[in-house]
Amino acid sequence: MSEFLTKSRARNIFYGGSLFFIGIFAVLSIDSHLYVVNESTAKAPLTDEVVLGKHVWEKHSCINCHTLHGEGAYFAPEVGNVMTRWGVLDDPDDAAETLGSWMESQPSGIEGRRQMPYFKLTEEEVRGLSEFLRWADKTNTQDWPPNDAG
Amino acid sequence: MKYSSQKVAYAYFVAALGLFAIQVLVGLIGGWIYVSPNFLSELLPFNIVRMLHTNALVVWLLLGFFGAAYFIIPEESEREIHSVKLAYIQLLILVVGTLGAVVSYIFGIHEGREFLEQPLWVKVGILVAALIFLFNISMTVLKGRKTAITNILVIGLWALSLLWLFAFYNPANLSLDKMYWWYVVHLWVEGTWELVMASILGFLMLKLTGVDREVIEKWLYIIVATALFSGILGTGHHYYWIGLPGYWQWIGSIFSTLEVIPFFLMMTFSFVMVWKGRKNHPNKAALLWSLGSATVAFFGAGVWGFLHTLHGVNFYSHGTQITAAHGHLAFFGAYVALNLAVFTYAMPMLKGRNPYNQVINMGSFWLMTGGMSFMTFVLTFAGTIQTHMQRVVGEDFMTVQDQLTVFYIMRFGAGAAVVLGAILFIYSVLVPRKELFTETSGSKPVTGSNPEAQAVLEGGR
Repeated sequence: MSEFLTKSRARNIFYGGSLFFIGIFAVLSIDSHLYVVNESTAKAPLTDEVVLGKHVWEKHSCINCHTLHGEGAYFAPEVGNVMTRWGVLDDPDDAAETLGSWMESQPSGIEGRRQMPYFKLTEEEVRGLSEFLRWADKTNTQDWPPNDAG
Repeated sequence: MKYSSQKVAYAYFVAALGLFAIQVLVGLIGGWIYVSPNFLSELLPFNIVRMLHTNALVVWLLLGFFGAAYFIIPEESEREIHSVKLAYIQLLILVVGTLGAVVSYIFGIHEGREFLEQPLWVKVGILVAALIFLFNISMTVLKGRKTAITNILVIGLWALSLLWLFAFYNPANLSLDKMYWWYVVHLWVEGTWELVMASILGFLMLKLTGVDREVIEKWLYIIVATALFSGILGTGHHYYWIGLPGYWQWIGSIFSTLEVIPFFLMMTFSFVMVWKGRKNHPNKAALLWSLGSATVAFFGAGVWGFLHTLHGVNFYSHGTQITAAHGHLAFFGAYVALNLAVFTYAMPMLKGRNPYNQVINMGSFWLMTGGMSFMTFVLTFAGTIQTHMQRVVGEDFMTVQDQLTVFYIMRFGAGAAVVLGAILFIYSVLVPRKELFTETSGSKPVTGSNPEAQAVLEGGR
């Protein structure tokens, strides 16, 4: 091996191969981008409420306790399917109301129970967050999670 | 130390060690919140604690890389750093940005994407610092001797800085957001950072074992080739369940399985070099950290990564404590231990003294490695139970978590061992021992004169 694979050959394989795989990755990325826009998230419209909700989600760093589509911290429940779990996926009003009263009752203060902080959200923000979570729940995630427990 | 500008590295390493201390202490708080959830719940909620823990980690590792580059490149390029002043300005920007981020996190000011929570001005600061850095090292490398070590190091650092640009792109569509978010997160730790790791490891092997440069550099190219060939498409293992096409399940499974190879090669490389090398370098602690890093990276990143990377497995284990177990051991082995190896190697030269108390340093290696391994085992057990009860049986999240308390208690104990190890490490590299050398005496030892100490001062020659 040592005679055939010289240092400069190894270097050229590294350069050539890396460019090759970057190329494939770029093509698949474009295809995936189009797939997201046209298929997997096309079922639910990306409304202003959803965009506001994503902003609320980020502003309070929900991802550092919860997971969303399985990504985030593992301290608190998955919320990518929380609207399904609550049975309010197709009822925007009920969804916002359920979420609002949940947020309002935090922190529970129960000893030995993980505590969710109280976030001062306006009615609009609660509605947005709820729409964002409903939107995310409708994304085609290849049937993940395996069950409603998330 | 052959070039006076290498001294810049010292300031970077000290800043990195400071953040390392913050990172592990905050980590310990996080571990305690898992055991006793009411702790600090109003003052410093878990999301802020975790943000501090992960951000401090990433920034100190980067500071370590930058410092290592400033230490290694003059020696490899055989010339002084292009501008020492720029190097200090870069560090100042990073330190101000980091402290700014820490303070603003505590007051609840942050952006909201995981690991990319830095306020915009800090993100811009990081970009500016990266540009200064790239300019500075590129100028040094271009004017100096070209080696495979500098070549790979510079390619890795350029690529990771360019990928940082994706931190500024946050689409409103969550699935797109996640897809491009991984361009930073995955292509850093399972791509460009591996290039940095391999080149630093190569440098350490060159100095510590005395093996011929040709041999080391050929290994390096093979290692980084396998890293990128597997790692780029290996991004697919993050694309299974976030709204991307189903073909990623196969691409991700196949290529991320291959991601084990570069880590296996780095471990093999390190041991083969040590066996082949005839040099008996006095800095035994640096050798221990180098071999330890390559080994633990293979288990943490390679084995524990493979454990849950096949899509049929990941369908059930995704986003459980299994992921946490893998994340901890992978980061510790690949990047924490490697940084600590460079610090251990370079500090005697930077401070102009003998290899410090190596017993304390080596003790800290076993404490930290033991602690992290134990933590990984207990989190793996917790994750296995969680996966079964929650994902297979379908029990409610909190019901399952309440069953895992015993593992979280053991994890806290393991974390305490790691913190103790970290404190011992910081002490062992920063607090001077007796055998000081004076700058003026031509690097001759004042006391404790011996040839080995001289060898350390001169970079192991």
